[in-house]
Amino acid sequence: MRRVVITGAGTVNPLGHSASETVAGLLSGRAAIGKLDIPGAERLAVRIGAPVTGFDAAAHFDRRDLALLDRATQFALVSARQAVAVSGLVALPSGTGVIIGTAGGGHETAEAAYRAVYAEGRERVHPFTVPRLMMNAPASRIGIAFGCHGPTFAVSSACASANHAIGLAFQMIRAGVAPAMLAGGTDAMLTFGGLKAWEGLRVLSPEGCRPFDRARSGLVMGEGAAVYLLEEREAALARGARVLAEIAGFFMNADASDMVLPSAAGAAAAMRGALDDAGLRAGDVGYVKAHGTGTRANDRTEAEAIRAVLPHGVPVSSTKGAHGHLMGAAGAVELLACLAALRGEGIAPTVGCDDPDPDCGLDLVRGAARAAKVSACLANAFAFGGLNAVLALRRA
Amino acid sequence: MAVRADVAAEVTAILAREALLDPAQVRGDLPASDLGLDSLGLVEAIFAIEERFGITVPFNANRPEASAFGTATVGEIIAEVEALVRARG
Repeated sequence: MRRVVITGAGTVNPLGHSASETVAGLLSGRAAIGKLDIPGAERLAVRIGAPVTGFDAAAHFDRRDLALLDRATQFALVSARQAVAVSGLVALPSGTGVIIGTAGGGHETAEAAYRAVYAEGRERVHPFTVPRLMMNAPASRIGIAFGCHGPTFAVSSACASANHAIGLAFQMIRAGVAPAMLAGGTDAMLTFGGLKAWEGLRVLSPEGCRPFDRARSGLVMGEGAAVYLLEEREAALARGARVLAEIAGFFMNADASDMVLPSAAGAAAAMRGALDDAGLRAGDVGYVKAHGTGTRANDRTEAEAIRAVLPHGVPVSSTKGAHGHLMGAAGAVELLACLAALRGEGIAPTVGCDDPDPDCGLDLVRGAARAAKVSACLANAFAFGGLNAVLALRRA
Repeated sequence: MAVRADVAAEVTAILAREALLDPAQVRGDLPASDLGLDSLGLVEAIFAIEERFGITVPFNANRPEASAFGTATVGEIIAEVEALVRARG
């Protein structure tokens, strides 16, 4: 069976504007969560978030092109450029495809258009509103940029979007449908309307994201993107590519029970499925990158699932305390913590977890990065709607 | 105390509607957890109360104990809404 490796990584997120900057941020235990400075912030009940700062769109795109690019697409395109540059490939293999996960698509574009016609009483919206806001804009724009004629589409499964995108891309290469894939996630929903919508669910924390902490008070919204270049392993090795990690398995399932409450059984089945798909045993797993949202509902349920699947104990961390919840990009940006662990750079700490919830009962990496030899790891993503997507990775 | 009675009756009616109960079943000493509301039903009930009275209920699903809506009785929820309505002025 064909094997699949990651040979390029790129990202724009609250911790950094490259994979190396982000990994350094993750390992340092730095938090990029702060006060939100957006129009209308004074009318928000929760005024903190994890924005991407210092991103100069005009430095990345010319003016004509920018008119067609929502902020989410900008993040994704810049991430893809980095991933391709890291891979060392001058041209991508013929038939390469692109799958980008996004929960909100061109959210900022949609909101600006509605504001214009509803609130400001204007008669028209920007003529490129549709090509900017459509969910597949990030995937299509990346494909246009790199001449990808293979399978290209968007995946939308809320907070699991990126894991679904990367998992599907992995399956396509393994099945011989495409020789290489650009895959990841992007979202930019730190807008007045986006935050108001989340405020309504009453799951946002007013003070910070504290995954698995006894005093956790909810999630913190972030924005950003990460994109990876996945290649068939033999072809990558033949061209002398630097392999960052192997994607060894993937499993996705659905709880089919509740729109917002997670299920430990569903999460555990997804983790077991990813291990089986990868041909790994529980004892092989040296790290679990948890979904770890810092909500009451997720953390306890996820901990129960981890304990059930890996009863011998395993180092666990969530990085959402550092960069917030990046929604459709979450699994993609957080995968960098897995790459760091597999490459021996250390296990990123769970920023914000000062007083672990004893009911979670996990070996939480917290405070500082932990040195460990990790030969395989799991990356969890669980979404509203009861959708679970777990990736299994192996050291290159 | 006509206003007080109105708040109590309206809050009771909203809770009853969301919980699919008869308002007579929503007694003051009934714990909120016994209303049979799931997490979404509770959030919808709070939204309806906020919209009706123009108040903001300090309820966070991750810290339910910080508000009467999370842990207390219907009577205490009514008291919390009344206090918020008074504070609103």
